[in-house]
Amino acid sequence: MSQLTVKTIVGIEVHVQLKTRTKLFCGCRTSFGDAPNTNTCPVCLGLPGVLPVMNREAYRLSVMTAMALKCKPARHTKWDRKHYYYPDLPKNYQISQYDQPLGEHGFLEIETSQGRRKIRVLRVHLEEDAGKLLHAEGGGNYSEVDLNRTGTPLLEIVSEPDMTSVEEARAYCTTLRQLVTYLGVSEANMQMGQMRFEPNINLHISRDGEIFKTPIVELKNLNSFRSVERAVAYEERRQLAAWQESGITLSQGGKTTRGWNDTSGETYVQREKEEAHDYRYFPEPDLVVVEPEESWLAEIERNLPELPLEKKDRFINSYGLSEYDAGVLTSTAEMAHYYEAVVTATNRPKPAANWITQALTREINARGIEINRLEDFPLSAERLAELVLAVDGGTISKNAGDTVLSEMIESGKSAQAIIDEKGLAQVSDSSALEGIVDEAIAANPGPVADYKAGKKQAIGRIMGAVMKASGGKANPRLVTEILERKLAE
Amino acid sequence: MTSALDPQQVRKIARLARIRLSDDEQQMFAEQLSRIVAYVGKLNQLDLKDVPPLSHALPVANVFRDDEPHQSLSADEALANAPQRTDRCFKVPRVLDEGSSA
Amino acid sequence: MSDLMEMTALEMRAAMECGEVTSRQLVGASFDRIAALDERVHAFISLRHDDALAEAEAIDSRRAAGESAAKLGPLAGIPIAIKDNLCTRDGLATTCGSKMLENFRAPYDAHVVQKLRAAGAIIVGKCNLDEFAMGSSTENSGFGPTRNPWNLECVPGGSSGGSAACVASRMVPMAVGSDTGGSIRQPGSLCGVIGMKPTYGRVSRYGLIAFASSLDQIGPFTRTVDDAALLLGVLSGPDSRDSTCLDHPVPDYLAGLEQVDFKNLRIGVPGEFFGQGLDAEVEKAVRRAIKIYEDAGATLVEVDLPHSAYAVETYYIVATAECSSNLARYDGVHYGHRSTAEAGMIDMYEHSRAEGFGDEVKRRVMLGTHVLSSGYYDAYYLTALKVRQKIKQDFDQAFAKVDCIMGPTSPSPAFLFGARTDDPLSMYLSDIYTISANLATIPGISVPCGHTESGLPIGLQIMSDVFTEDRLLGIARLIQESRQDYRRRPPILESN
Ligand SMILES: [Mg+2]
Ligand SMILES: [Zn+2]
Repeated sequence: MSQLTVKTIVGIEVHVQLKTRTKLFCGCRTSFGDAPNTNTCPVCLGLPGVLPVMNREAYRLSVMTAMALKCKPARHTKWDRKHYYYPDLPKNYQISQYDQPLGEHGFLEIETSQGRRKIRVLRVHLEEDAGKLLHAEGGGNYSEVDLNRTGTPLLEIVSEPDMTSVEEARAYCTTLRQLVTYLGVSEANMQMGQMRFEPNINLHISRDGEIFKTPIVELKNLNSFRSVERAVAYEERRQLAAWQESGITLSQGGKTTRGWNDTSGETYVQREKEEAHDYRYFPEPDLVVVEPEESWLAEIERNLPELPLEKKDRFINSYGLSEYDAGVLTSTAEMAHYYEAVVTATNRPKPAANWITQALTREINARGIEINRLEDFPLSAERLAELVLAVDGGTISKNAGDTVLSEMIESGKSAQAIIDEKGLAQVSDSSALEGIVDEAIAANPGPVADYKAGKKQAIGRIMGAVMKASGGKANPRLVTEILERKLAE
Repeated sequence: MTSALDPQQVRKIARLARIRLSDDEQQMFAEQLSRIVAYVGKLNQLDLKDVPPLSHALPVANVFRDDEPHQSLSADEALANAPQRTDRCFKVPRVLDEGSSA
Repeated sequence: MSDLMEMTALEMRAAMECGEVTSRQLVGASFDRIAALDERVHAFISLRHDDALAEAEAIDSRRAAGESAAKLGPLAGIPIAIKDNLCTRDGLATTCGSKMLENFRAPYDAHVVQKLRAAGAIIVGKCNLDEFAMGSSTENSGFGPTRNPWNLECVPGGSSGGSAACVASRMVPMAVGSDTGGSIRQPGSLCGVIGMKPTYGRVSRYGLIAFASSLDQIGPFTRTVDDAALLLGVLSGPDSRDSTCLDHPVPDYLAGLEQVDFKNLRIGVPGEFFGQGLDAEVEKAVRRAIKIYEDAGATLVEVDLPHSAYAVETYYIVATAECSSNLARYDGVHYGHRSTAEAGMIDMYEHSRAEGFGDEVKRRVMLGTHVLSSGYYDAYYLTALKVRQKIKQDFDQAFAKVDCIMGPTSPSPAFLFGARTDDPLSMYLSDIYTISANLATIPGISVPCGHTESGLPIGLQIMSDVFTEDRLLGIARLIQESRQDYRRRPPILESN
């Protein structure tokens, strides 16, 4: 059998719900979880006679995202109607952008085990979401329609088919989520369906110098990174097997739509909606064109926050952090902001990083805290800064620091109060330590002899005795210094 | 492009437009629509090179509203005209898949 | 006063202000007239008898308590009718002339309805129309046709046939209609009343059930130009709920009526409006009317509107494309007719729409679906948008040379029932002269300019550049003042 090389080709369409107070074309709230059909009005119900009016904030957030994705924001955009009949779409058309999206030709830089890669972004456009269908439990013969979500602003971000592995597909999705939350344009809460993924995937299989392209599969409405990962991986296997069995390629098979069953871990063919592909787009006559003023675009650009990778690079370069620490500390805008507040208060970038990525993270995980806002940290940056300084300056030991951290979170008291209360301060008074050291030398003739004979590690035994005698409070750095001096005498 | 529409094409259009037609209606509309389509097709005689389409009637741009919530309807008001409803929702014949994708 | 309803709205207002008559009396007289005639005319789909009388009494008591005319509003106490494609939350259905919406009750008032109420107008009822405003004869109404008060065997024109007929037969002094391709001006012409389509963007469309969004515009029906000026002033102005309604200053249209300098007026008379298919009596009356302007000192200027010859073709692509989209929402899910023959979702859609829509609506929805569908978009829809551009450019060039354009409103006077129903195309040609104003977004007015030998009204159409309604009204007023056609009463009033 001849050798096969298989290359995976993935492009992803992502829908992100924007964080506006109201819907795209009416003043109904975009809140999640309210009683069905209570966030509706004549406009979003699509009643006869109503007209849409564009939400400025939705447009601003969209332009911001387009800019962060390095797209050129359009100087002229318009709205189009996309027609299809579905009971969750009351007008039976969706107001979207067809041939003049608000942003085009950008990229998103992702990090994988192979390093950084730019995934090109084909287009970014704004559109309205549909409502929700609820299906009666126990197989009733009807469905229920809730129109609360109808008209919620959605940003659709379409990548080029630039991803070549499951890992890249996942990285693209997670990086995009990180980006939109950094920008503050979306909560991107996956459980609430605020971010939905539709990967397009096929394989380029080469055999004996000939390349076979498998039919493209569009996977609909994936709601988690894990499902993206699993579904793309499943398709890689399925498409290879299908090709090996049938030989059907893209030119014969075209493009099909498949759903993902999270329970069985398989994709399945979705019944094609009739004439699904004739959307009969045409310019929305009820809305006027958008031609954003240069000054507005400039203002949006000026207010763009530092983006995750830029921040990560800065942390590495200015604070001397490791790649790993910088990654953890820039994983969310909140985390980065918290870290920098501690650095500002302490001027100790590395210890501050260690405290956050290790002990504090442990505490946060142990308590199951979710960090969505700065206030969610169990400890203010000022409080943590106090602790960082106490340990770094030798007032307390690292171990005592862990205890203090835990106690600070528990009690809300300051580090100093806990140190005083528990008597955790280290003995850093050399005159007090000299006596203890002398006693330890006297009480451990064996190790002293070993040390003097060149077995330098024997000092550990004597150190241990000093620490024990001091009740763990002796400052280890100072003890080492005194010991080394005395033993050298 | 031939402008005449046969009953099969009319059936396809009617499906797209979600209008059920009887065979007689298909026949009737095929005849009428063919004549209308032939009539409006006269536009293709014009030389329209370099003419920009007038896709928006008005020479204005950038009409926005502020992101301020208004008072929504109650569920009962929203459902008041529903041909069929449950206590909280519009009721429709069972739809199999998850919902339309935006 | 022997017939209260012979008064114009301005006369009613003056009479109420000096205490000669009450709103209660006027609204009562309006309902009396409706009771006497509407069985034959069928101008109304629904009436709000009790509510209207209560509102009239409320106006009367406020006036009696000394409230100023300014506070009461410019239309205080005046009975008015509105086309039944304007949403009202008063408990009446808003049917749009369709079985589809027979029981639809809007939870909100259209912008113009709010404005009318704020101006103190008393809405007596909602007028018949061609289903979804698609038609030129009101024969397409799902609730039976309206008849022309000048000859009950004839159509009143359409689609605002009910609004035109109720003003012509003095059921109300004013009514509101909508005009997508002539739906105000053509029935105005056929019923012998003033019918005006303002500039696209002059009046908010919020609450007007859409037919073709880029063409629809709301406007007044009255017996005099003065009343039209009064009503247009109330209807006009910006609305934050309609992005296509412009914040353009609203002049005092009444005050502007006498500002036109006819000596310096340049009138364009395009040959395209006097071509084949124009009824000889109509042509004669229109030319005679134009002569009146010449006699007043106006100059006739030759203008060309070459692309207006393609207006009907362009219109039936643009309008049907938009309507196929606008009417997609009528599917039996959230409101409107739902078929009981439902099985699955798609069957439910198809049966509901098949049962709820009449043939003309189906025809236009299908035509519009076709011209937008893949493979046809460029040949039809995109081409039509380009021709629309050319039509607009023709008018722009013309208005560089002239102040207004004159011609017939309709190629023929009112025609017999059934005369054009078998051939949709012949019906479409009823709007041949009115359609280009919608495509070009400019204002147009139809003003009576005589009658045929058999006594059917004839209308002169005058069009002018965007947002020049004030001058347009002033120009129209000359023919009214010189001919006084508005005093001529349709025979149905005498047979009463
Ligand atoms: Mg989309
Ligand atoms: Zn709403």
